[in-house]
Amino acid sequence: MIVARLALQSLLNRWITVLLTVLAISVSVMLLLGVEKVRSGARDSFAGTVSGADVVIGARSGAMQLLLYSVFRIGNATNNVTWRSYQDIVSRAEVAWAVPLSLGDSHRGFRVIGTTPDYFVHLQYRGGQTLKFAAGTPFDDLFDVVLGSDVASRLGYSIGDKITVAHGAGSLGPRHDDLPFRVSGILARTGTPVDKSLHVSLKAIEAIHVDWRSGSRIPGQVTPADRLRQMSLPPKAITAAIIGLKARLQVIGFQRAVNEYRAEPLSAVLPGVALQEMWGLVATAETALLGVSAMVVVTSMLGLSAMILSTLNERRREIAILRSLGARPRTVAGLLVGEATVLTVAGIAIGMATLYAVLVVARPIVDRQFGIDIGIQPPSSTDALLLLAISIGGMAAGFLPAYRAYRMSLADSMMVRT
Amino acid sequence: MSAEGPTDAVSLRGVEYKWNARDAFGLSVGEFAVSRGERLLLLGASGSGKSTLLSLLTGIALAQAGSLEILGQRLDALGSSGRDRFRAEHFGIIFQMFNLLPYGNVIDNVLLPLSFAPARRTRAAAAGGTEGEARRLLLALGLPADIGRRTAATLSVGQQQRVATARALIGSPEIIVADEPTSALDDDRQQDFLDLLFGQIDATNATLIMVSHDRRLARHFTRVVELTDILTTSQREGAAT
Repeated sequence: MIVARLALQSLLNRWITVLLTVLAISVSVMLLLGVEKVRSGARDSFAGTVSGADVVIGARSGAMQLLLYSVFRIGNATNNVTWRSYQDIVSRAEVAWAVPLSLGDSHRGFRVIGTTPDYFVHLQYRGGQTLKFAAGTPFDDLFDVVLGSDVASRLGYSIGDKITVAHGAGSLGPRHDDLPFRVSGILARTGTPVDKSLHVSLKAIEAIHVDWRSGSRIPGQVTPADRLRQMSLPPKAITAAIIGLKARLQVIGFQRAVNEYRAEPLSAVLPGVALQEMWGLVATAETALLGVSAMVVVTSMLGLSAMILSTLNERRREIAILRSLGARPRTVAGLLVGEATVLTVAGIAIGMATLYAVLVVARPIVDRQFGIDIGIQPPSSTDALLLLAISIGGMAAGFLPAYRAYRMSLADSMMVRT
Repeated sequence: MSAEGPTDAVSLRGVEYKWNARDAFGLSVGEFAVSRGERLLLLGASGSGKSTLLSLLTGIALAQAGSLEILGQRLDALGSSGRDRFRAEHFGIIFQMFNLLPYGNVIDNVLLPLSFAPARRTRAAAAGGTEGEARRLLLALGLPADIGRRTAATLSVGQQQRVATARALIGSPEIIVADEPTSALDDDRQQDFLDLLFGQIDATNATLIMVSHDRRLARHFTRVVELTDILTTSQREGAAT
């Protein structure tokens, strides 16, 4: 008891170096577990976004690219799918439902998506939940728009507000400001890219482009909104479509049918497979990141070992006193291993506390910026194993100084005069 | 704690010692004994082998040849852990200076040896509780009553030596070894210190072995021995001094 208390007081006596060493360990612990949390959070979020969709189709391109621009709304489509091909494909017997997506316009940095009301019925996220309306209804009128929750909250829109849409994805593109949209509904939060999207009907996308050719306005031509409402504006093309099949087993056959479609080159991807492909690509980077974090942990352990070693000379006296009082060399060595272990455990505790504090603060920001929901869960069994490994590493870091102290206490006469 | 049992507190015969095989410095003791209850002063200059002798007596170092008995126990018959335990139970040791763990408080410093010596702990507990016994010794050694919670580093050198003495005495070990305990004190304080030390040693009837270079201390002791009379040291030619 007294020995333990004196050992603790010895640590407090050297609190600055001890604190810095502990902080180095806690930072390394934070990094290692943080990387793991972000990694699994990203995977869950991505997987949750494509929940329920069997196939995504689009113009011929790589599976990942198609998935990224259609579902995750990252990057742009290189080509479109003609409306006729789309209708041809979704009329196949296997298709249970289909949601067309027409991308290309934006509103103050958020993407505008032309689609059909089926979007609100069939899309699922995070374990099969369907989209819900926080307020209002799906679009009904030509100039109705349904907002994702982030769009509404960040831009401060509510039902009935008028907004205009810009051409292209940038917020500074030429604007369709002669044709304002009315907010008809606001979706509940999903934590997916839906939150960052504005949804209008396919016809609306056609309507705002009536007076446009090749990305710029036709001079002098302004078609009034009421006349647009009466026009029949069949969509010419869509960017992609999310499709649900009647039976999962039909997926492979359906995919082949789309890929071999004669009239135009199309691609069909299975979201799960494309995601796997993507994880395969980023796995190297993940491993590298994990490796770097592990090296940081090792570095902090070496720092711990060096810190204790560097105190040995000034503690020679302390060791000699303990020896003269009958402490065994093993006890002296044990004290140093104990010291290393205590500091490591303290570092782990501080690191975990800080990590969770950072997660709580950063979670909404990361979700908003990147659409990645880092779930705040208690440490997993993998985490526990990592922490156990770090504790053992910390204990091992005490072995070298302990061995030196052991040798020292055997070799020193009890009368050290320093 | 009775004076019965083995006759001598310390008995050495034909002891040969070297720190290690290549070491130039060696020490040998022909025949030397200290009776129980003796107050022995060993006189010798530094470098005369006294640290080595004390290391041998307390079992930190082990002689390569000869017989060394403490309270009838041959130290070479004990393992290294056994010698550590033996030292904890039967020796109280006072150094020249820097006796205490500077960051610990006075009471913890005094009680520390009991962590390694169960029999001494039992004795101290029987004498009025370990902490009560520590306070009694501190008071008897002329330290203020409120000193217990102070950090050792804040004490004067003289106070530190008294605390170290209380630590050596607690649980009444049979042999007190003191290595120049007064050399860091000025003359007045030396006298005070020795009076208090002897008072306590008389009370427990312990054996005292003190090493010093200061002949003026001789009058306090029952026997005075020149180190050079009992041991010979060898210094191999060319070795640094």
